[in-house]
Amino acid sequence: MKAVGTAVPGTTPRAGQPTVRSYAGNYIARLRGGEMGALPAVFALLFLGTMFSLAKPVFLTALNFANLFTQGAAVTVIAMGLVFVLLLGEIDLSAGFASGVCAAVLAVLLVEHGWPWYLAIAAAIATGATIGLMLGVLVAKVGIPSFVVTLAAFLAFQGVALLLIDNGKNISISDKAILTIDATGKLTPGIGWALYAVAVCGFAGIRLLRRRSRIGKGLAAEPLSVVAFRVGLVAGILGLAVYVLNLERSLNPGFSSQKGVPFVVVIIAGLLILWTFVLSRTPYGRHIYAVGGNREAARRAGINVDRIRISVFVICSAMAAVGGVIAASRDNSVDPNTGGSNVLLYAVGAAVIGGTSLFGGKGRVLDAVLGGAVVAVINNGMGLMGYSSGVKFIVTGSVLLLAAGVDALSRRRASAVGLR
Amino acid sequence: MTGIPTLEIRGLNKSFGPVHVLRDVDFAVKSGEVTALVGDNGAGKSTLVKCVGGIYPMDSGQCLFEGRPVTVNHPKDAAGLGIEIVYQDLALCDNLDIVQNMFLGRERRSGLVLDELSMERMAAETLVSLSVRTVASVRQQVASLSGGQRQTVAIAKAVLWNNKVVILDEPTAALGVAQTAQVLELVRRLADSGLAVVLISHNMNDVFAVSDRIAALYLGRLVADVPATEVTHAQIVELITAGRSGNLGLAATSAADGDTDLDDGNGAAR
Repeated sequence: MKAVGTAVPGTTPRAGQPTVRSYAGNYIARLRGGEMGALPAVFALLFLGTMFSLAKPVFLTALNFANLFTQGAAVTVIAMGLVFVLLLGEIDLSAGFASGVCAAVLAVLLVEHGWPWYLAIAAAIATGATIGLMLGVLVAKVGIPSFVVTLAAFLAFQGVALLLIDNGKNISISDKAILTIDATGKLTPGIGWALYAVAVCGFAGIRLLRRRSRIGKGLAAEPLSVVAFRVGLVAGILGLAVYVLNLERSLNPGFSSQKGVPFVVVIIAGLLILWTFVLSRTPYGRHIYAVGGNREAARRAGINVDRIRISVFVICSAMAAVGGVIAASRDNSVDPNTGGSNVLLYAVGAAVIGGTSLFGGKGRVLDAVLGGAVVAVINNGMGLMGYSSGVKFIVTGSVLLLAAGVDALSRRRASAVGLR
Repeated sequence: MTGIPTLEIRGLNKSFGPVHVLRDVDFAVKSGEVTALVGDNGAGKSTLVKCVGGIYPMDSGQCLFEGRPVTVNHPKDAAGLGIEIVYQDLALCDNLDIVQNMFLGRERRSGLVLDELSMERMAAETLVSLSVRTVASVRQQVASLSGGQRQTVAIAKAVLWNNKVVILDEPTAALGVAQTAQVLELVRRLADSGLAVVLISHNMNDVFAVSDRIAALYLGRLVADVPATEVTHAQIVELITAGRSGNLGLAATSAADGDTDLDDGNGAAR
């Protein structure tokens, strides 16, 4: 607190603009204070990626790179929903099997009742939303801890999935549109680059516009070089990804060409943008953070806390439904174990590894994507190295524990330097 | 300074089950004045504040706001009238920054999205108008602020909304000497800018430093409501602990057994 009281940038509306140096200084101070954001996930990705590519060169092929996306998509989408629940310091242990139930609803309607794909997807997502509403009401209105409610639901949904798909049968899906989602759908290289251009220009445009209007109103804004750095970083990473995904990855291109950005990447990007917008730009998102940070303060500020709490469970379970649809598409089928076994733990792990706090109040949707990438890399790399499922489970469990440990320690760190 | 009180409570009674917490309390605050509300633990200060703030319903009694009778049944009613209570535990969200906290629940929006720019400007201007120079940036997380800075943010939040009555519940209880001085200065500025300020405090130095009037609660009764210049430190302490001091407070008989329900104790000093 020593520096406080001398400098007053930002307090007075016409304060001087921050320099790159003060910007970097602030960033380092935040890191020291335990606010590491996405950094651990990024380091984990780099470390694991290097390790696996050294051990198994196959890891670095275009085919495997594309597989990472299609394999990790379902978990990532479920993790995006979980971020909302975790932001309130709650937990949803049933998200995995909720996705299974919704996938079962999709498959039954599609295959046994002959519904068109769009209605079946809508029904699956509506089922998810209803499940979330039920969980949310039990947590917020009845007052049962979310851990217990969703643990009970975890068990019950397993049963529901079994009943829906007639005791262990496997419903295979052949609907083209559903399969496009995560099994077969690819953008042509041209469209991939076009979307890339739109994304980068959009990102740069938003950053520059925000900077301009802040300066126009006399508020402190990012230095231009920081904006350029951010845009360059995004353009570089996305560009590399699109380039690799546009490489031919079929072993026999003459027989069937395999190139282009998997369609599911567009879905994830769309959901990422949508939910990031909701969380950071709308009053609703602000209120979620407020309830997660200090529920009593939020209540006194006139925020309808119960409604916020119920709504995050609705979002979480609806996103689980989307994840279920993606999983159904990828597997070409739904069975009672869809969304089961390790899906939930992977999803919670993804959110926490990405930097979302289990204590509530801190987290972004981007965390789920970064953490989902880490989980996908571990899963994929260890599979390539020929480890058994047993080892994979142990490693993923350890990584989840490590991430939660980092979360807890960074909180302690924050309180040590007076940040919490 | 004369004229109609901004907020006036008449004959307020409040019981929790068999416990009669507030007995026929008459209490008034005027704009431009700091009224200190003092009393021992359990005297009913917090209950009085919560009745005014609409958190507890009144059993009986009348509430007048700028001379008009009003009903305050919900915190939103109080906020609508322009009564803001700054609670002891501050009610700030650690994970949000100063601007986000000051506008919490009342965010400005342009269309669907938050209007961050105008909120940031207004927050900064409010802090400047209160001569607050202790925060480095309004985009700082509240978690990183000191106790005094947090109190400042909580008070600034009350000012931002053009409130008419600001009630501060022990704003200096957890603060060091320098920070206490800052906050008291801020309290004085609030009153000087035309607000009616109620200061709840256990600290007599604070009370005498900034108050225009001092109201003392004793076992649920308002035993004195006097100009700060007309009483001494010792008298207030006596009023708090015994309910009477010289010719102030409860009549001698009723003070001896403070539980007999005699109305003459009320406002005897007026």
